[in-house]
Amino acid sequence: MFKAKVIVKRRAAILDPQGKAAEQGAKLLGFNNISGTRINKIIEFAVNLADKELAEKEVKEYCEKLLSNPNIEDFEYTLEEAK
Amino acid sequence: MKIKFGVVVFPGSNCDHDAFYVAKKILEKDAEFLWHKDTDLKNSDVIILPGGFSYGDYLRTGAIARFSPIMESVIAFAEKGGIVIGICNGFQILLEAELLPGVMLMNKNLKFICKDVFLSVENKKTIFTSNIDKDVIKIPIAHAEGNYFADEKVLDELVKNNQIVFKYCSSKGVIDDKNNPNGSKMNIAGIINKKGNVLGMMPHPERCCDPVLGKTDGVLFFKSIIKNLTK
Repeated sequence: MFKAKVIVKRRAAILDPQGKAAEQGAKLLGFNNISGTRINKIIEFAVNLADKELAEKEVKEYCEKLLSNPNIEDFEYTLEEAK
Repeated sequence: MKIKFGVVVFPGSNCDHDAFYVAKKILEKDAEFLWHKDTDLKNSDVIILPGGFSYGDYLRTGAIARFSPIMESVIAFAEKGGIVIGICNGFQILLEAELLPGVMLMNKNLKFICKDVFLSVENKKTIFTSNIDKDVIKIPIAHAEGNYFADEKVLDELVKNNQIVFKYCSSKGVIDDKNNPNGSKMNIAGIINKKGNVLGMMPHPERCCDPVLGKTDGVLFFKSIIKNLTK
């Protein structure tokens, strides 16, 4: 069994209104040294397979088909053997 | 010809009853709700994916609804040339299902916008618009994620193939940034697929059909479809 951690990021060229809103809040709080806030998604799940290669294939497909939208987002992931 | 509207109900749909009401009471046509877990389209001639917040907008708007069992049938129906309309959240689902190109981002002003807007009817050679006798119609919008985005290549294709059906504009038909409520690329409010049988639009024609509500431009849209189907 593996533990997967996926990070879905909106591409740099695409506006991230949530990040922009958070940064406006930061300015109001007096954080004047903060810039380029982007809000990404971290998705964690277990993969119930013994073979790492197969597990990786499954994670990739899950990311491509559902967890990310290839039009505006990229994803990266880590896969760790569950203890 | 007897025309039947099928209105898909996802968990979180909230304009399904409006669409059903318009089909049945205003247009006086057959209408039936189609549960998202079913696969039977019940001999519908027109499928409506209604507005709302299917699956709570979790992950991305429309992303999970797109994999509902009923969507397999809707996609097959669309591929065979069946008429499919996605309104608001329904449009977002059509984008996720890749029946239409592009994606919706959050509105540029970060706000949920609920107001009447004016739409320029850009393409009157579609089954959805050929009987609309006005150049500008007034239809309400109600969304937080209606900021249509696609890359330049897709936008060029949309223009080249005349796939842009509605654009946000002023009451006089001026299409500019000032009259773009959500930041959509090229003021896009509604598009069709290349074949011309699948339409997605953010504005809600089903919310402006009953005269008691004080505005009826939505009827022009639905009547255009009926006229074309009964031709």
